[in-house]
Amino acid sequence: MQLKPYVRSLAVAVSLAVMAGCSSGGGTQEGSMDGIAGGNGAGSGQVSGSGLGQGADQMAGARIPEVRTIYFAYDSDAIRPEFQSVLEAHAQFLRGNPDASVVLQGHTDERGTREYNLALGERRAGAVERFLSVQGVSPSQVEVVSYGEERPAARGGNEEAYAQNRRVVFAY
Amino acid sequence: MRALMTTWLAAVLLFCAPLVQSDLTIDITRGNERATPIAVVPFAADGGQLPVDLAQVVADDLKRSGYFDPLERDAMFATPSSGDEVKFGDWQALDTRYLVVGRVSHQAGRVEVRYELMDVNGQSRLLGEVLTANDSQLRAAAHRISDKIFEEITGIRGAFSTRIAYVTSQGVGEQTSYQLFVADADGRNSKQVLSSDEPIMSPDWSPDGGKLAYVSFESGRPAIYVQEVASGRRAQVTSFEGLNSAPAWSPDGRRLAMALSKDGQPDIYVMDIGSRNLERLTNSQSIETEPAWAPDGDSLIYTSDRSGGPQIYRHALGGGGAERLTFTGNYNARGRFGPDGESIFLIHRGGNGYQVARQDLDSGRLVELSESGQSESPSVAPNGTMVIFATQQGGNGVLGAVTADGRASFRLPAAQGDVREPAWSPFLN
Repeated sequence: MQLKPYVRSLAVAVSLAVMAGCSSGGGTQEGSMDGIAGGNGAGSGQVSGSGLGQGADQMAGARIPEVRTIYFAYDSDAIRPEFQSVLEAHAQFLRGNPDASVVLQGHTDERGTREYNLALGERRAGAVERFLSVQGVSPSQVEVVSYGEERPAARGGNEEAYAQNRRVVFAY
Repeated sequence: MRALMTTWLAAVLLFCAPLVQSDLTIDITRGNERATPIAVVPFAADGGQLPVDLAQVVADDLKRSGYFDPLERDAMFATPSSGDEVKFGDWQALDTRYLVVGRVSHQAGRVEVRYELMDVNGQSRLLGEVLTANDSQLRAAAHRISDKIFEEITGIRGAFSTRIAYVTSQGVGEQTSYQLFVADADGRNSKQVLSSDEPIMSPDWSPDGGKLAYVSFESGRPAIYVQEVASGRRAQVTSFEGLNSAPAWSPDGRRLAMALSKDGQPDIYVMDIGSRNLERLTNSQSIETEPAWAPDGDSLIYTSDRSGGPQIYRHALGGGGAERLTFTGNYNARGRFGPDGESIFLIHRGGNGYQVARQDLDSGRLVELSESGQSESPSVAPNGTMVIFATQQGGNGVLGAVTADGRASFRLPAAQGDVREPAWSPFLN
């Protein structure tokens, strides 16, 4: 499926609108003592701008996007604006490669109880799954597996580690 | 009807050599000022010293309980080995209330242990018993003596002969490995019962103490397994789409409560183990997880965020819906009943972080028990006197324990790696 640029923009807008509606059930309540939203420390996987610009569907569709991790704010399953282009790139790849499939691995930081965090990680990965679905990715290509706090990317009881651990990983 | 036993899998790849050990040590972090003074005199030995210092194991058990304050050995004036030899005045001068004396004889691999419990003020013998054991049962014999002494003095059944299960991990990121261990309640005699490159979670003992239910990600997604502790044989019980988590045995051992997300957000289900039939208990757009059975089996508690944040609810099985139990603060999760069913132990986020707390169900009053701000996974001893939980020490996960009244606590650090998710066994004999 090839979408014209304006159609794709529309799809993103619709995705975000749907996401906003879907996430009204509350945040993820990982819990922070001070309520600070994790804005820093998660920079390793960030991309800026649209490396996969408009009209690049055919080329981009051939390769799995390099950035495969997106990060979340504390107590949130909302897709942060800086990661929308990452999700669009994955959506584009999956649309262009109907035989490809991806496991969305949901993760949380270590605060709070393990089984509850497992549920929170699923909620986070589910938010990405809905984004991809609205972008036209077939549900059969996407599976959600939550790891909760069981597979931290970084160790340490500090906000920097917490921010790196609140993530969804695209595992192809 | 599909019987569970017919689907036991040979767990050759994952069930590793049972001799892998990772014993935990004990650090007392808070003593109980009101603990009862007791002296456990080193047992006299006929036929050579034993490989295990039985009197020390007994003294350590009693101290760890928080109920007793054993006298240091170098403060003892005398070392009687039978009640006849005891001069009560010696011990009254030390303010000792109770005295344990004993003698072991060691012959051809068999050990005979005679011990007596004396009431110092009453100048009388409360207990006298002879045990026999072989060399591999010496610690077990000492724990049995501790059980008897504890029950004689407190009126509460001792839980020193019970066991704990716990999960360990080494490494970070993709290289992390996970193990499931079973050890004596004092952290010794540990045996690895499962090892995996994928997470292991939520061990829970069957009511007869013979099996563990747990969650393993070894298939690439979470699934619930049941494993016989002694043989290592195991079966996969669930592998539904989405979460398969938080298994909890019913008191009759015939059902498992669990959290599944196969129908959307995680909800509580009860599986009849024999038939594998599932009954759905909750149906909501919020998260429901961490089920635990009331001791009478008539109701369950679970965590739900239907009010916005996680709180604990009680669901009566006969109908009547759910009743919210916790109202103190905005984070109360993973509740476990005490054995009398009158209180629950849970993780509460308070001013000092995530702590183990006790809530009395009649009054609704919540009391924080642990000092650490990063506590998780409380599990109650079968006699209700202690709660074991996971916490952090020096950047590593360790186990901690606290008395049900919060007066005494200790830690069980491991030599290496993270330790978490302790599960206290039921009484085993």
